[in-house]
Amino acid sequence: MDFSLNKEQTMIKDAVERLMHRHYTFAQRDTYARGAAGWSEAMWQRYSEVGLLGLFDSDVGGPVEAMIVMEAFGHSLVLEPFLAAVLLCGRAVQRAGGGSHAELLQDIAAGRLLMAFAHTEPSSRYELSRVATRATCKDRRWILSGAKSAIMHGDCARRLLVSARVAGEPADPSGIGLFLIDAGSAGVRRTGYTTQDGLRAADLVLDRVEVVAADVLGPPGAMFPLIQELADVAIAATAAEAVGAMQALHDMTVAYLKTRRQFGVAIGTFQALQHRCVDMLVELEQARSMALYAAMMASEPDARSRSAAMSAVKVQITKSSRYVAQQAIQLHGGIGMTTEYAASHYFLRLMAMQARFGDGAHHLNALASIDGREVLPAA
Amino acid sequence: MDLRYSPEEQEFRGEVREFFRSVLPREIRDKVALGRLPSRDDIVRWQRILNARGWAVTQWAPEWGGTGWDTVRQYIFREEMYLADAPEPLSTNVTLVGPVVIAFGNEQQKRHFLPRIANVDMFFCQGFSEPEAGSDLAALRTRAVRDGDQYIVTGQKLWTSYAHQADWMFCLVRTDESARKQDGISYLLIDMASKGVTVKPVMTLDGGHHVNEVFLNDVQVPVTNRIGEENRGWHYAKFLLGNERILTGRIGLSKSRLRRARDLAARVPAGGSTLAASHAFREKAAALEVELKALEITTLRVLDEVRRQTGTAQDPKISILKIKGSELAQATAELLLEVAGPHALPRQEDWASGADVACIGPEWAATAAPNYLYLRAATIFGGSSEIQRNIVAKNILGI
Ligand SMILES: Cc1cc2nc3c(=O)[nH]c(=O)nc-3n(C[C@H](O)[C@H](O)[C@H](O)COP(=O)(O)OP(=O)(O)OC[C@H]3O[C@@H](n4cnc5c(N)ncnc54)[C@H](O)[C@@H]3O)c2cc1C
Repeated sequence: MDFSLNKEQTMIKDAVERLMHRHYTFAQRDTYARGAAGWSEAMWQRYSEVGLLGLFDSDVGGPVEAMIVMEAFGHSLVLEPFLAAVLLCGRAVQRAGGGSHAELLQDIAAGRLLMAFAHTEPSSRYELSRVATRATCKDRRWILSGAKSAIMHGDCARRLLVSARVAGEPADPSGIGLFLIDAGSAGVRRTGYTTQDGLRAADLVLDRVEVVAADVLGPPGAMFPLIQELADVAIAATAAEAVGAMQALHDMTVAYLKTRRQFGVAIGTFQALQHRCVDMLVELEQARSMALYAAMMASEPDARSRSAAMSAVKVQITKSSRYVAQQAIQLHGGIGMTTEYAASHYFLRLMAMQARFGDGAHHLNALASIDGREVLPAA
Repeated sequence: MDLRYSPEEQEFRGEVREFFRSVLPREIRDKVALGRLPSRDDIVRWQRILNARGWAVTQWAPEWGGTGWDTVRQYIFREEMYLADAPEPLSTNVTLVGPVVIAFGNEQQKRHFLPRIANVDMFFCQGFSEPEAGSDLAALRTRAVRDGDQYIVTGQKLWTSYAHQADWMFCLVRTDESARKQDGISYLLIDMASKGVTVKPVMTLDGGHHVNEVFLNDVQVPVTNRIGEENRGWHYAKFLLGNERILTGRIGLSKSRLRRARDLAARVPAGGSTLAASHAFREKAAALEVELKALEITTLRVLDEVRRQTGTAQDPKISILKIKGSELAQATAELLLEVAGPHALPRQEDWASGADVACIGPEWAATAAPNYLYLRAATIFGGSSEIQRNIVAKNILGI
């Protein structure tokens, strides 16, 4: 076992942390959040300059690099569409698009193209294979109709990667295809909004949207394994993001206990609160370990083992996030409840994450459905 | 001993239920049922309906409009109110300031204020906490200096809920700088329209405008607006906080949230069926119901004991009710959040605050997050859970 980072990884870590330090104070973040897009175009260009937007490419960086970036992003509550556009869509296009989409990948890496992964639907909840949006083939074109909801950064994406069913019943894993569409295509109606954690999202209605053959990703009907892989990538990435956010929140809480005075003393002198901070740290460390496990398991080729591992990750991350975030507010008292103070924004991010890519209950159930004396693969 | 409700109590429950069913305005019920915030007008309108029936201030002394019901009937009344999706009577008026005026005000104050408090002709807010006086409330610094028949009040209050909607504030102020900190505090009623009062919003986690900063700059307050004796305010505040702690449990509200979670889970897909069919969900809901049942009995038991033994709301056992009640309020809100799942993601504070705007996603899910978020404060306000534990450790356990 080796927990250390190599030279390139250390360089990425330093580069991201430098960017965050310079450009992502709480006040700067607030300015980005209030802009029309809800995030910073200038930051996006900076990410591109240091090579982060090419991280979907396994030659450029793997899950460990993604973890490093996402942890730093979680620490500063980054608003940009890195997960959606780069880690998910970039990867999907690279894995399934073959040579024909090289230009798309260049555009993503250069920060010229924003994409979003339009998979979840109003009644799919956390079931990955529940896709009711239909794709029918007609004169070598595909026609898509249906609805998608809570699409991360779907409001600003120029192109959308849409899952749709070409055959089978609504929850069948087989019969699902992936299609690239322009957000401005005829028949696309989207409603953009802000989510609880300050990110942007969109709900989409697709009404007979046409897709040409060149924009079909991989063999239609056989794309569920890739969708599952993307969900696993997302879980690993958000695990690291959660760890970064929890670390920041924990630091903030401990610092506050040292400065806030009541009854003539710093409230950090109350042992009840000290123990609570220790329990938060225990949860944080448990989460950190599972984020590492996620990075190790993200490249596991056996899909079952990989997904079981990611379920385990999500279970721990959810539990830790919930405890750390709730106690952070509690120990801050009233000030933790206000949006003027950073703690509440960390709380919101950690809460919103729980409702993306399956909540703790969903993943616990997935694990509990596996038979065996041990259900988790070794890292 | 008999823990069942008697036939008379059940009949009473039926009467209350029928009353709520017949008089609660539909628009108000719909808002409350969806977890949206009733407006000031809604609150005033509803309380006047209750007041017309003589049920706005049920717990007050009968000569000032109370009903004289025993603990069990009071409890049934509240529970039915929550189950009917009715807003509760304005708690600052009915539970907090009213009883203080009754217990410690003079005749003239009672005659002047009580009918107006009961009918919400005066909408009150609570000005206790300050930036440096939260858990350590007695450290408050807002000063009131006597000048003839007035006090001149200067200072800052923080976290003042609904000060932006209020006409009046009951307020703790320091009238003696030299005394022990608990012994130099007085209890004043301040007209929010007075010169020198400024209210600034403080936005909370849920995106709502519930709390405020209130700046008091040389505000003139007639000495006749002081309740009770000068420098005895701490005593009145403790009396009031006991009542506040009994209220914060809100078991009926938690029960109605749990019911709602179960109903809605039947609409939510999970594991090829619905969430309501999932064993894990059913266990969670059942476990909460068990705790709520236990707390219901504990509440009735403690309140009965308190009434018979000390007769005041200052009994430390009340802290037990506050600790458990606030935790269960949070747990039921969290279950609803889990049911809402991804539908809870859109941030739509305007809709949740009752504004006339379109809702993104299903309406039933749109307030799950804001309610869960706001309720994080339930273990902070009214004396935090840590402070309640300190009270129990010291005053019940003697350690
Ligand atoms: C939404 C909301 C609405 C409110 N509405 C009102 C209102 O209308 N009117 C009003 O007057 N006030 C109101 N409050 C204020 C509320 O009563 C205070 O927030 C509360 O008393 C805690 O004070 P604080 O926020 O300063 O936290 P602090 O007192 O600074 O506490 C911070 C942390 O330290 C802990 N702590 C403090 N002392 C001890 C101790 N001795 N032992 C162990 N732990 C300790 C606390 O439990 C908490 O976890 C409201 C607060 C909120 C959040």
